[in-house]
Amino acid sequence: MNNVRIITGNEAAAQAVKLAKPGVIAAYPITPQTSLAEVLSEYIEKGELKAEYVRVESEHSSLTVCISASTVGARVFTATSSNGLLYMHEQLHWAAGSRLPIVMCCVNRGVGAPWSIFNDQQDSFSQRDTGWIQIYCRDNQEILDTVIQAYRIAEEVYIPVMVCYDGFTLSHTMMPVEIPDSGLIEKYLPPYKPHTFLTSDDPVTINPVFFPYRRENSKGVLCDGYMEMRYKLHAAFEKARTTIPEASKAWAKLTGRDHGGMIWEYKTEDAELVLTGMGSIANEATVAADILRDEGIKAGVVGIRAFRPFPKEEVAQVFRKAQVIVVFEKCFSYGYEGGLCSDLKASLYGTGITAPIHNYIVGLGGRDVKTGELVEAARVTFNAVGSGETDNKTIWLNCYTGTEAEDRK
Amino acid sequence: MQENIFKINEKEYILPGNRACQGCGLSLAYRYILKALRENTIVAIPPSCLCVLHGLYPTTSVIVPALNTTFAGNAASASGIVAGLNALNIPDTTVLALSGDGGTYDIGIQSLSGAAERNTDFIFACYDNEAYMNTGTQRSGATPMGALTTTTPVITKQEPKKDFLKIMEAHHLPYLATVSPAYPVDLYEKFVKAKRIRGTRYIQIDTPCPPGWGYPVRDTVKLGKLAVETGLFILFEIENERFRFTGRSKTMAERGKLLPLVNYVEKQARFKKMSIEQLGTLQAAVNSRWNECLRRAES
Repeated sequence: MNNVRIITGNEAAAQAVKLAKPGVIAAYPITPQTSLAEVLSEYIEKGELKAEYVRVESEHSSLTVCISASTVGARVFTATSSNGLLYMHEQLHWAAGSRLPIVMCCVNRGVGAPWSIFNDQQDSFSQRDTGWIQIYCRDNQEILDTVIQAYRIAEEVYIPVMVCYDGFTLSHTMMPVEIPDSGLIEKYLPPYKPHTFLTSDDPVTINPVFFPYRRENSKGVLCDGYMEMRYKLHAAFEKARTTIPEASKAWAKLTGRDHGGMIWEYKTEDAELVLTGMGSIANEATVAADILRDEGIKAGVVGIRAFRPFPKEEVAQVFRKAQVIVVFEKCFSYGYEGGLCSDLKASLYGTGITAPIHNYIVGLGGRDVKTGELVEAARVTFNAVGSGETDNKTIWLNCYTGTEAEDRK
Repeated sequence: MQENIFKINEKEYILPGNRACQGCGLSLAYRYILKALRENTIVAIPPSCLCVLHGLYPTTSVIVPALNTTFAGNAASASGIVAGLNALNIPDTTVLALSGDGGTYDIGIQSLSGAAERNTDFIFACYDNEAYMNTGTQRSGATPMGALTTTTPVITKQEPKKDFLKIMEAHHLPYLATVSPAYPVDLYEKFVKAKRIRGTRYIQIDTPCPPGWGYPVRDTVKLGKLAVETGLFILFEIENERFRFTGRSKTMAERGKLLPLVNYVEKQARFKKMSIEQLGTLQAAVNSRWNECLRRAES
C-alpha cells in the first residue's frame, strides 16, 4: 500500500496520468516537459498504459488532437512548456470554448525572445485569460495528486485544467512521492461522460458560426448566442470555486494528503508579514518565514494554488490580519507589475485591507532565488513599512537595473 | 458511363437551403462525397466555405456529424477523432477532413503532413477553388499564375500554383486521387473506393467558384469539364504507388488530344489581365505535366 518512490516531478505527473487512464495522449517534446512525454510513451509501448499515443508534429496539433478526441468521448492528456504553450494559444481558447475536460501539464519555463530553457511562469501566466483552470503545484507529491484531482475537477465543470509546475526546480528534481493504488483512483474518479456526442444517430455540427444574438432552432426553441455561451463558461468557473476545494478534500479523505483547495496557508494565524506566491517559490517562502520568525518577525505564507478561478474570497479572508504583504512571482505584465500582484490587489480592494504590498519579481529565466534572498527582501519590506512607508512597490530582485547605487557596489 | 449514375446512393445528406453561393462547386462535390461515404461518417471542418455551408447555429442543412476546428489544425482534428474512436473501440467510422486550398496548401500543410506521415486512418479531401474564397478571393498557394485576386488586384499572381499533389505523393499514401464535381460518377467511385482503404487517403477536388473565378453561375460544370479537357486538371488515382488515368482524362489520353488552355482561360474574369507570356508559360506547364502523366500511365 505504502508505495513511496523517489522520482522527478515529470515522473510524478506521468505516474498520475497512468493512474487516470486517459484513452488518448498527444504530446510534442519541449524542454523541460520532454521526460514526461518520454515516460508516457514508455508506459504505452511496454503495455503498462492502454492509450492511443499520437506523436504529433507540433504543439498546435497536440492540443487539437486532444480537443477532437475529447469531443468524441475519450479522456485525454497533453503536456508542454514555454513556447510550446504559446504555440497552442488559439487551441487553448478553442478547448475552453468547447467546454472539454482536457488535462494538461504546463512545465513552467521562460518564453523567448531571447531563448531561455529555464524556469519562470511567464508561459502559463500569459495564457491566463484563455478560459483554463490553472493550478500551481509546490512539490512532486502535489503534482501527482493534482493531476488526478484535475481530471475530477475538469470532468465535473467541463473546463480544461492546466496543472502548472516549475521546470527543473520540480520537473527534474527528485523527491519522495507516494504513488496511490489504482483501486483508489477508481473510487475517486468516475468515468468521463462527454456533454455532446458525435454520432450518425443524432448528427450535429459542433462549434459552427454563432451569431451575436440568440436564434431559434428548427423546433422553435430559442438557443444561446455567442455571449450566452461565453457567460456559461464563466458561470462554470464560479462553480469551480467549490469543485476545486471539494476535490482536494475528497482526495485527502482517501490518501490523508491535503494540499489545499484554492489556496494553502503556512503559519498565517498570527502573521503580521505575509509572503505569497505560486508554485515552488511559495514553498521556499515557508522556509523564509521560519527564518524570519527566528528573528522575531511574525511571518507566514499564503500559497496561491488556483490562479484561475482566482481565490478572491479566500485572499480577502486570509490577508485580513496582515500588516505587510510581500508577493514573490516569476511572471510580469509588461508596462504594469507582476500578474499575481495585480489580481491580489484587485481582490483586496474594498475589503478594508490596507497593508502595503511589495511585489518582488524573481527568478525570471531560471535566475536562482535563494531562501536567504527571500528573507532579506521580506525583511527590508517589513522594516520599511515599520518605519512608516505606505507605498506599494515593484522590485526586480537580483536583477542589475543600471542604477547608480548598484554601480557603486 | 451514363448508367453508372443509377448506382449512386439516393439518400441526400445535404438538405435544401444550405448557405453556399449559387453555383458552388463545393456544394456539388460535397453532395456526392457524402452519398459515397454514407452513414457513420464524421466530418472535420476548418473555417472555410464549408463552415459557412454547414450553416449558423442552431440550424444546419447537413445531416452528418461534423466538428469545426481552427484553420491550421483540420488534419490534427481528424487525427484526434480517429484516436478517440480507437480509444473507445468504436469501429467502422469514416473520418473525413475537408479543407479548402488555404487549409491544405498553406496554413494547413503542417498538420496534414504530420497526419499523413503517421498514416492516420482518415480521408483528407481538399476542395481547391484556388484562392481564399470565403474571405473574398485573396491569393493562396493554389492560385494559378496570371489570376487576379483581391490581394493580386493589379498585376495578377506572378508565381505558379504549388504542385501540392507532388507533395502529397511524396508521403507515399495508400491512396491519392483527383476528382471534379463536373464528373460526379468518377468522384463518387473514388470516394467509395477511398472509404474501403485504410490509412491516409488524399483526394483533391477541382472546385469551380463563380464569384471567385468570375463566370456565370450556370457554368460551374462547364468550367469543371474545360479544366479537365484542357489538361489543366487531370483525373487520376494512385493506388499502391500505381498511377492510373480515370474518367474523362482517360478518354482524353486515349484520344491523344487536349483542348487549348485558352478555351478555359477566356471564360473567367480572373484571367482577364493574364499576359500572352503567362498563358504560354501555363500552357507549357500543362503540356509537360500531361506528358509526364502519359509516361506514368504507360509504365
